Amino acid sequence: MLETIVFSLLNGLLYGMLLFMLSSGLTLIFGMMGVLNFAHASFYMLGAYFAYTMGLYTGFWVALFLAPILVGALGALVERWGLRHVHQHGHVPELLFTFGLAYVIEELVRLFYGTIPMDYRMPDSLNFPLFSLFGTNYPAFRVFVLVIAVLMFIGLFILLKKTRAGLIIQGSLSRPDMVSALGHNVPQVFMWVFAFGTALAALGGVVGGIHFVTEPGMAFMMGPIVFVVVVLGGLGSIPGALIASMIIGILQTFVLSVDFSIAHIGLWFGYAVPPDHFFATLFYLDSTRIAPVLPFLILVLTLIFRPRGIMGKREA
Amino acid sequence: MSTVQEERLAAQAGGGAQIWVRQLWPWVVAAILAILAPTVFSSGHDIHMLSSMGIMVVFALSYNMLLGNTGLLSFGHAVYFGLGAYIAMHALRYTNDAVLDGTGYGIPIELIPLIGGIAGLGFGIIFGAVSTRRAGVVFAMISLGIVGLVEASSLAFTGFFGGEAGLFGDREDVNSLFGIEYSRSISVYYLVVAWAFIAAVAMFVLRKTPLGWMANAVRDNPERAQFVGYNTQMVRFLQFCLSAFFAGIAGGLFVLVEEIVTDEAVGFLLSGEVLLAAYIGGIGFFLGPVIGAILVVYLESNLSAISDAWLLYFGVLFIGVVMFAPMGLVGIAFQQWMNFRSGGWRGTLLARGYCTAAALVALLGFICIVEMSYHYLRSWNPSQPMTLFITDVNVTTATPWLISIAIFAAGLGALLFHAKPMLRRAADTAGGQQ
Amino acid sequence: MSTQNALSLSGVTKNFGKAEIIRGVDLDIRENERHVIIGPNGAGKSTLFNLISGRMDVTAGEIKLFGNSISGMSPHKVNRMGLSRSFQVTNLFPNMTTLQNLKCALLWDMKHRYAFWKLVNRQHAVTEKAEQLMEQLNLVHRRDVPAGLLTYAEQRALEIGTTIGSGAKVLLLDEPTAGMSRTEADEVVELIRQVTRDCTLVMVEHDLGVVFNLADRISVLVYGEVIACDTPEAVRANAAVQEAYLGTEVH
Repeated sequence: MLETIVFSLLNGLLYGMLLFMLSSGLTLIFGMMGVLNFAHASFYMLGAYFAYTMGLYTGFWVALFLAPILVGALGALVERWGLRHVHQHGHVPELLFTFGLAYVIEELVRLFYGTIPMDYRMPDSLNFPLFSLFGTNYPAFRVFVLVIAVLMFIGLFILLKKTRAGLIIQGSLSRPDMVSALGHNVPQVFMWVFAFGTALAALGGVVGGIHFVTEPGMAFMMGPIVFVVVVLGGLGSIPGALIASMIIGILQTFVLSVDFSIAHIGLWFGYAVPPDHFFATLFYLDSTRIAPVLPFLILVLTLIFRPRGIMGKREA
Repeated sequence: MSTVQEERLAAQAGGGAQIWVRQLWPWVVAAILAILAPTVFSSGHDIHMLSSMGIMVVFALSYNMLLGNTGLLSFGHAVYFGLGAYIAMHALRYTNDAVLDGTGYGIPIELIPLIGGIAGLGFGIIFGAVSTRRAGVVFAMISLGIVGLVEASSLAFTGFFGGEAGLFGDREDVNSLFGIEYSRSISVYYLVVAWAFIAAVAMFVLRKTPLGWMANAVRDNPERAQFVGYNTQMVRFLQFCLSAFFAGIAGGLFVLVEEIVTDEAVGFLLSGEVLLAAYIGGIGFFLGPVIGAILVVYLESNLSAISDAWLLYFGVLFIGVVMFAPMGLVGIAFQQWMNFRSGGWRGTLLARGYCTAAALVALLGFICIVEMSYHYLRSWNPSQPMTLFITDVNVTTATPWLISIAIFAAGLGALLFHAKPMLRRAADTAGGQQ
Repeated sequence: MSTQNALSLSGVTKNFGKAEIIRGVDLDIRENERHVIIGPNGAGKSTLFNLISGRMDVTAGEIKLFGNSISGMSPHKVNRMGLSRSFQVTNLFPNMTTLQNLKCALLWDMKHRYAFWKLVNRQHAVTEKAEQLMEQLNLVHRRDVPAGLLTYAEQRALEIGTTIGSGAKVLLLDEPTAGMSRTEADEVVELIRQVTRDCTLVMVEHDLGVVFNLADRISVLVYGEVIACDTPEAVRANAAVQEAYLGTEVH
């Protein structure tokens, strides 16, 4: 039991950190530009694919830095030649633009790489067990992912709290209209923020692609969950995104790793739900089957009862 | 927007009888087209496609009751389509069992779509109550949450949803109100047409009722709507429920045509597809979603046979519409038509033709590049010649690539740097002369 | 003039964070009177309107409409109880025509509510009443023009039309003549005088010519407090008002 709990916690932490790598960029972009970037997970996917391709020539360590930069540059182009154009029509067309972009990116990935998963693996230098717990080895790569995520959080924190650019971004997270009043070139700030946010997602993809699978469906797997995280955390709030990532990551991992159903609660009180009970399917539903439902349930409940999320200052 | 224009047209038309003629002829034309279509598209594949078009038209129109008429952007409209379809499927299976056992009459097959509609309405009331309290981005996100919830649940509750395999039923062991055999797909097609017409007329008329007007009012200016006495939440909720009802009807029709329903029917993908269809067609016009739906089904069922790239074309088309023509394809046509009627085409005909030609050339080059890319990257043996329109090309050589890129560049360059300025100049001179 | 109060505010307070914008306003507006609220910029006139019409919630105090409390009620409910308002910034349905805007304003009051089983254009009573209104507003020739394309003065007139259209007993007009030329303003004042013959008018206005021409009584709002509430003559003579407002701002 303890073993399950410890490993679930570790893996949940890891999953949560990966979620944070995606959601921080998304929440930053939303807070700044008011754009809910539907294609955010697509940039995460591009990060994985780019790192895989580059890794073939340059090795993993160079790709770890180059792939996010490349994806960020792509993000800047998308902002400059796409989003900026629809910005004048309002938020709904922006949302629709990124929605269509997600389709196109996924299809382009299918075109260039095919539908089968890539053989994208961790570098040999990280392929060893770091420590062993309860007789099970814990891979060094997972710890590496945690380290990357923590470094990213610290970097983001320093950037936002200590630098001039961060001050501008922070200011506009709470009062977007003020940034232009202070004489900053708003379109250019937008472009940089969008590029930066997509680069963060790509960094998540570089490690996430190894941890999970690098295949064209990976964006679609992550996309909705990342939305859940940013809404739960509070749109525009980076600490909120961190907390929400942890909650969702650990919760989902736990639910997947324990064997539980509502009927168990009955058993504790000495009541066995009869199998022919009208709601028997509901009561005997495995927690593993509930797991995919949970994030969406959280999303809907959050939006109904607390649209500001955990840490958000403004409502969506 | 279009309501205003329709009203103005009606006002211009004058007398009562004339208004009726003006309003009726599009319906008559549509009916004739729908009835005659199977004579042209007569293969089994084609008739199936036509039926799918009818279903998608109803679904896209119901979607536009939200997006176009009420300003509610939903990412989860398939929930009502799919749940309607599942309930309709249970009704169909119940009927199948009753007929096979000889124990009862069951539900007449013609009324099964209505069961789907009522189911859609029921779920619309439940989910609408929680989601329409807000508009805008919150509504969009809740709709996303609900579709995720339902799609994930559909795999968890196998008893009702039939798991990954889905549920089957058949349209042979049923009773018909009119004694019609529906084993042939052409008969089902006409049933789809009949229901599609009923639903489309109903949705058209709904826009002209107090609720329909206030939906527009709430979309354009919710605050003012409140200050003339309307509860904006209530308006959104009622529109939502009615829209879910028609989506459910489409779901019920889907069950009759496909005889199977899987979790895809309640999912993200179908929700996205109907959004794309409505938007590409043009959400500001009643006809928009109709055209969008027909186009989408056509591309999906024909292009996916010729080329794998249909989703790519589809996505690019959607982005193009969002970026350059937010009023949609019907909007463009309408704009050009108004322009034509007011004499805006006079003196610019040549430049317009040139623009269109340049755009078509660019499109041709784009299609060539995409198709060759697919062949080069995706086929087992790229050096095998592929048929590109009229010629066979070998995509492992440079020549076809260079030619395609040249065509694309020439078309795009001519359009942007020569044809468009020319059109502008021509329009200026023509405008100056008037 | 009846002595019943159409609208009565007692101790109405509104804070935005720590800033007190409205500080305990007591105000009684009699049935069928024309009551104008004046005051320097930033005195809280528009906020007061927003509180009365339900657009904002009061921090403390109570607002009564014909004796029934309406504080904290949502705008559509306040509207259904017989209070209607216009906005300082034109607030119409820009895509709808003049006629359609007026019909929208009439639908709820004429009991059509959320009906989806009847056509708007077949409701001849609604059309007739809208046409009547349009005549009053002098907008007949603009019948089928989308509201967004009307001139500013026409939009303001239509705004007043939509406000009275919903069958209200109490009208709140927020600077109906703002940004108009002299002749346009005079026409609007004449229109207001006409349409408020049988109802109560509360109006915010800057143009003192209009104020003294139209008002039965005047309230002076300065920094969130009513410092005077009396007949035009009395207000004109009031020393406190002269000091706080008229003395500095008479044109």
